[in-house]
Amino acid sequence: MSSIPLRVPEDALKWRLPYKSRVGMAALIVGESALFTIFVVAYIFYLGRSLTGPKPSDVLEVPVLGTICLLSSSLTIWRAERAIENDRRRSFTVWLATTVVLAVCFLVGTALEWHKLIYRDGLTISTNLFGTTFYSLVGLHATHVIVGLFLLSAVLLFSLFGWIDQRQSDRFSVVALYWHFVDAVWVVVFTVVYLIGR
Amino acid sequence: MSDYSVSAHEAFGPPVSVKKRGTFLESLHAWVVTVDHKRLGILYILYSTFFLLVAGAEALLMRLQLAYPHNQLLSPQVYNRFFTMHGTTMVFLVGMPFLFGFGNYIVPLQIGARDMAFPRLNAFSFWLTAFGGLLLYYSFLGGGGLYGVGNAPDVGWFAYAPLTARSFSPGHATDYWALALIVSGFGTLGTAVNIIATIVSMRCKGMTLMRMPLFTWLFLVVSMLTLVTITPLTAAQFMLLIDRYLGGHFFDTQAGGSSLVWIHFFWIFGHPEVYVLVMPAFAIANEVIPVFCRKAIFGYPAMVAASVGIMFVSLGVWAHHMFTVGMTSVSNAFFTLSTMLVGVPTGIKIFNWIATLWGGRIRFTTPMLFCIGFLFQFLIAGLTGIMLSVSPWDWQLHNSYFVIAHFHYVLVGAVVFCIFAALYFWYPKATGKLMDETLGKWHFWLFTIGFHITFDTMHFLGLLGMPRSIYTYQPDRGWNFLNLIVSIGGVIQGIAVLIFAFNFVRSYFRGKIAGDDPWDAWTLEWTTSSPPPAYNFEQTPEVHSRRPLWDLKHPDDPDWEYEA
Ligand code: HEM
Ligand SMILES: [Cu+2]
Repeated sequence: MSSIPLRVPEDALKWRLPYKSRVGMAALIVGESALFTIFVVAYIFYLGRSLTGPKPSDVLEVPVLGTICLLSSSLTIWRAERAIENDRRRSFTVWLATTVVLAVCFLVGTALEWHKLIYRDGLTISTNLFGTTFYSLVGLHATHVIVGLFLLSAVLLFSLFGWIDQRQSDRFSVVALYWHFVDAVWVVVFTVVYLIGR
Repeated sequence: MSDYSVSAHEAFGPPVSVKKRGTFLESLHAWVVTVDHKRLGILYILYSTFFLLVAGAEALLMRLQLAYPHNQLLSPQVYNRFFTMHGTTMVFLVGMPFLFGFGNYIVPLQIGARDMAFPRLNAFSFWLTAFGGLLLYYSFLGGGGLYGVGNAPDVGWFAYAPLTARSFSPGHATDYWALALIVSGFGTLGTAVNIIATIVSMRCKGMTLMRMPLFTWLFLVVSMLTLVTITPLTAAQFMLLIDRYLGGHFFDTQAGGSSLVWIHFFWIFGHPEVYVLVMPAFAIANEVIPVFCRKAIFGYPAMVAASVGIMFVSLGVWAHHMFTVGMTSVSNAFFTLSTMLVGVPTGIKIFNWIATLWGGRIRFTTPMLFCIGFLFQFLIAGLTGIMLSVSPWDWQLHNSYFVIAHFHYVLVGAVVFCIFAALYFWYPKATGKLMDETLGKWHFWLFTIGFHITFDTMHFLGLLGMPRSIYTYQPDRGWNFLNLIVSIGGVIQGIAVLIFAFNFVRSYFRGKIAGDDPWDAWTLEWTTSSPPPAYNFEQTPEVHSRRPLWDLKHPDDPDWEYEA
């Protein structure tokens, strides 16, 4: 065997790779986007193809309040991210709690809307194509909000116990990324269902 | 690092696996709770080998049924269940788990990482996939009893609407189909996320993107493709279940729904799925071919670019499966052209493999033979594929045995051949033993001969007009002799696979000791011991070129001096 000592080039001195959980979440979001795309495409394709009523314009009301709540929660969670990055724990807890409250408001809005649709307008998932596509798409999004709400509440609980500080800020940014995605999806769903669809 | 006069052991430290032999229950427990990427990889591979035998048996039964006209072996219903289960199993329980099993085992080793990015997610994904398989096969125990093969799905692996509507598919067969694939689909999604995170953020020092082994590159691409192909299927299956359980109308033509939408959604998944299966096969060829012709792969950057290109193009061609459903001629023209576009990156790849072989000192070991078989067969599959992408031609041959022949050329001639190559190639790494070469050659030749007898002949049956998915046929159509030949070929392949299974098990106990680097290869997985210790590398390696082990072996002439 050769006995010439190994020479090593001078490169590769700095070696930094992205945070793995953030990469994982980004990948998950790509997959989730494909999932939503299919439901959105189905919704658009079936617009106006129901053979029986009610039509979207008969029963849908634009959920302005819920939308404001959800979109502003993106802002509050962003404040929370900044806060924990700088180790301002009190303000982190406050912004996070605000986010949770806003998310709950949004879900209550959805619940009220569905209640009205089902009991007053008689629109269920099996009533007609509109019902099928509407509850599937909005329900899929609401499911994601609920999952996010669980995550956020868990973090809130931890931070109330004082278990969260700057060292967790990377992890928290992964949760925040998911939450921003849920918000972005709402923009699409809102546009398709309540603006174009009506 | 040191020079090559010390063994790789010494370079990277001694293996830490101090084997204590526990009781059977203890080791079973250890396997069930494992989060080690190597053990999970092996679990995936054993799982899919098992299903390869099951789905192979189903294929053989179908071929026995079709061996001569008016055969009574299988009833029409049972035949339907078998071709559905065969297709579904081969794609979801054999192809994907096999390939993700290799990905699991090899990728962390190749990039010098100690495990996957999320080991527990990895275990969870495996068990989800396994549970999906269980659920699918549990349907065999349903209502009709074993002989009537219970409630096994019978709607084809594509499950076209409205066949899947409650009225056409009573009972729970279709529910099993959808639920099983949703569950295993989540497992696949988890694995894809995990592989991406691993490759992006766990590479050892010095392993830049352009120094990653092509195998790893392809797994990155495949995982990204998986993310956007499995999810549409999952979405469509949710819709199907909504229709079936909640009275929804997505695919219900009586209420304004459309079965065409299902076909689109299915093939938006189904076509890229072909590439999800075949790109890992490319990945395997990319490792095996250079090692056995003693040359670095030709055109590394072109190979990377072509893989990424295939990923994008494959997302835009799904409707070539739908020329006969009556789309507009503009869409037909569009999908014909986009399909032909896939030929460009694929052609680049074939060209590069041939250029690698050119002038190489080729060693015809079993893995190499399987890869050469792959090259040849994949080329032919590509040619019949281009024929089918011409829509008038497709109108003639759609749903005939020509199509069956074409896609089995890809699925068996390329994917299964490469899976066999990989099994022979990495078996010594995983077990420390070499597989028997003589039996391997028997396996290769019998399987190849059987393959060509079966699937070459099927093209002619298709041209003579034999439709697919028929459980029997009239004796006066001129198909009798050819069908018999096809079935004989199927039996030959079955025998070959049994030889393989025997070799696989026997070598574990009787095989020759392999050593760390039996093939004189160049990537990082061969620097560690065989089998690798629990944490892969005692000391995380550092690389300076695409062939780190070459650098170690030839310190006087390292690769990094030449690579840009
Ligand atoms: C090795 C021997 C094999 C034989 C003899 C064989 C034979 C068959 C037969 C007879 C059919 C049914 C055709 C019909 O009636 O429509 C079929 C369908 C199919 N096979 Fe195979 N096959 C083999 C291997 C494979 C492998 C390895 C894969 C995938 C990795 C595969 C994937 C499929 C698929 C996706 C279908 C379509 C099922 C459907 O129509 O729903 N086969 N095969
Ligand atoms: Cu295709």
